[in-house]
Amino acid sequence: MKSFPGYPESMWPSLEMVEKTRPKRVELAKQGLINFLKPMSLEEREDVLSKYHPDYQPDAEKEIHVGPNKGEKLTAKVVELLESHARIKPEEVDLSNPDFDVDVLVIGGGGAGSQAAIWAMKEGADSIVLATKLRIGDANSMMSQGGMQAAVNPHDSPVIHYLDIIGGGHFANKPELVKVLASEAPFIAKFLMELGVMWDRDETGHLQTKPGGGTSRRRMLSARDYTGAEIMRVLRDEVKNHPDKITLLEYSPAIELLTDEEGRVAGAILMQTETGEFIVVRAKSTVITTGGFGRLHIKGFPTTNHYGATADGLVLAYRVGARLRDMDTVQFHPTGAVFPEQVWGFLITEKVRGLGGQPVNKNGELFVYPLEPRDVEAASFIRECAKGLGVTTPTGKVGVWLDSPVIEELSGPGTIEKQLPAMLRQFHRFGIDIRKTPMLVYPTLHYQNGGIEINERTETNVPNLFVGGEASGGVHGKNRLMGNSVLDYNVFGRRAGIFAARNAKKNNIGKKLTLQHVEKWEKELKEAGIETKRISPILFPDYRNKEILKKHRNEFDPFIGFALTGWQE
Amino acid sequence: MAEKEVLNEEEKEPQAKMIPVFIMGQKYEVPEGSTILNAIEYAGYQLKKGVGCREGFCGACATVYRLPGDYKLRGGLACQTVVQPGMYLTQIPFTPAQKAIYDIDEVKPDISTFQKFYPEVFRCLGCNACTKVCPQELKVMDYIQAIMRGDIELAADLSFDCIMCGLCTMRCPAEMAQYNIALLARRLYGKYMMPKPEFVYKRIEEIEQGKYEKEFEEIMSLSKEELEKRYTERDINFDIT
Repeated sequence: MKSFPGYPESMWPSLEMVEKTRPKRVELAKQGLINFLKPMSLEEREDVLSKYHPDYQPDAEKEIHVGPNKGEKLTAKVVELLESHARIKPEEVDLSNPDFDVDVLVIGGGGAGSQAAIWAMKEGADSIVLATKLRIGDANSMMSQGGMQAAVNPHDSPVIHYLDIIGGGHFANKPELVKVLASEAPFIAKFLMELGVMWDRDETGHLQTKPGGGTSRRRMLSARDYTGAEIMRVLRDEVKNHPDKITLLEYSPAIELLTDEEGRVAGAILMQTETGEFIVVRAKSTVITTGGFGRLHIKGFPTTNHYGATADGLVLAYRVGARLRDMDTVQFHPTGAVFPEQVWGFLITEKVRGLGGQPVNKNGELFVYPLEPRDVEAASFIRECAKGLGVTTPTGKVGVWLDSPVIEELSGPGTIEKQLPAMLRQFHRFGIDIRKTPMLVYPTLHYQNGGIEINERTETNVPNLFVGGEASGGVHGKNRLMGNSVLDYNVFGRRAGIFAARNAKKNNIGKKLTLQHVEKWEKELKEAGIETKRISPILFPDYRNKEILKKHRNEFDPFIGFALTGWQE
Repeated sequence: MAEKEVLNEEEKEPQAKMIPVFIMGQKYEVPEGSTILNAIEYAGYQLKKGVGCREGFCGACATVYRLPGDYKLRGGLACQTVVQPGMYLTQIPFTPAQKAIYDIDEVKPDISTFQKFYPEVFRCLGCNACTKVCPQELKVMDYIQAIMRGDIELAADLSFDCIMCGLCTMRCPAEMAQYNIALLARRLYGKYMMPKPEFVYKRIEEIEQGKYEKEFEEIMSLSKEELEKRYTERDINFDIT
């Protein structure tokens, strides 16, 4: 039997089948795969989604009993997170003497937060605090690999981009937000380039574009497969170049918003994670750019998300009265790594399929068009495994193959090293050469499709509260397409900064800071009969060994955790 | 499989072999095959620093370690490095480093910018300690030497996969912050030296002049059924780049 380095012997027969069917599949791809393997109709999509997508399972949702969305059904884990107590009691903090009194407070230091801070400054805000839980740039923004969509080819247009977005989102998106997203994409590409982002270009300077799932044109701009890292490190550097205007507070997550006596948002309470010290920030405008919820491990799935992706901003905004939308859908990325164990759940960029990589089952058969929208592609993988056509690892995990060697057969040797250096390195660390052998994949929890509802000016229904990026809802409807999250945090992060700065000029806050919404919230919980020890935002997930925790002073609670329990009762 | 509870990410088979490691001076037994990050968590830490994306992209979890009987100080990312028996390690969640403040619109894409903002780059001793410690296996010393010669393009290319973990800086006897210096090189290259995408400017102008407003108005006025039909029948064309 032929051996396959990096893989255990039990997986070799299937790898051999993949190798056997590869020449034929390469041939089909050369003639245009779309001529042999049609994308699904809307009916076929609906069928596979309703039967296999995790969102459609009976226990996926539950009703929320408190707050602005009361009576609606949301993702079950989100309901648990929201129906929790605040981290502080109003009498615990002295609000009469704020540590900072600024024009704009930005909560969250990823791509959206950085854009917001930069553009608030450009728009004339004199004092900006950017508060973040870990370091600036420690965010999902840093991790996106594949690219950013922008209609920068002559035969493409913002309107075609619009149609792709809204179809991919199951026609549930807010149209005015989609129009903004598609229309400002080329500007963002230029803005980032002028900051020094090294977009992949050809020798004439034309931006290289690749197809992505659910797109009808080549529209994916990239910077090798470190696209997010390249953008994020440049934005971070730019934020740090303006210490006179932007005060950066790292390791200082917001744990509660503040309001004035009329209920308008007026800043936030931050908490230093090392010392537990409270920092009171009074701000004329407050921007939430805290990202998504991957670290909630919804339905037990592993996640591609950053350690800090615990939906903190969602909790803060909801408690102060901001409406959420589309919080009944969760994006599972079709290609999370399954093997080796150490990379379980890690993101394998959609660019692998954009470059021609093919999903095949244990017999080496192509079973789905490789570039369906993410939810459809993911559901198809789950279906294939449910049919028994997946491949099992020694620890009992199941997945399908993502055949990467096809890429070099199609585009020549060296393509993977040039286009997918991060992926090549990731697997090389564990002895697998993705130029020669495929990767085993299964859907992994990836993105919060919905969030805090915003309008084109990134305003919420609560005065002085703005939201940009993954924390917001309405842009992507029920499903986001590849390359639109990077675009989203740039477009709406920037807008949040601009409109927050404009709002700050109006000085719409009263003198006195309050936590009256927390009192109201606690009352509402009580009236709804919710008895729980949970507190939120949770700030960090907890991966400590449960057996070892039995020997600890505190009980294990996935929503509270040990390190932070010192600050609760 | 995925349906099962995964609150502990690194949930091992019960029979996983345990090995001893020394985490910041203290001995723990952890499952063989764990990454350093998973081992630290398994031991009972809930990290508030020194942890980030957990997939090798953010550089937050730089760690240095030695192995028993080996004089060599090694570096790695905690999320990407597998523990070995007897490994003794400490995390470096923060690197004290020089970061120059500059206006990217005012700097020149040549050697004078580095002379001005990072003169320490010219103190490079050529010892290669940076390259040896780089968890991304980048040729760090080579890109620093390229900057010394004024070859910004080469420096940008060689440093592109840098995740700014800071390990090179901690090892450098010339006391420079290679990762910040390289970032300046890449920004100069991306902004000033790569060829300009002319069509992007044209497209932005079209949008600003309202060329697509009519089409938007039309498509946004469609009923859901009409929009669905338009979507399903849309032409998919990946031929032109």
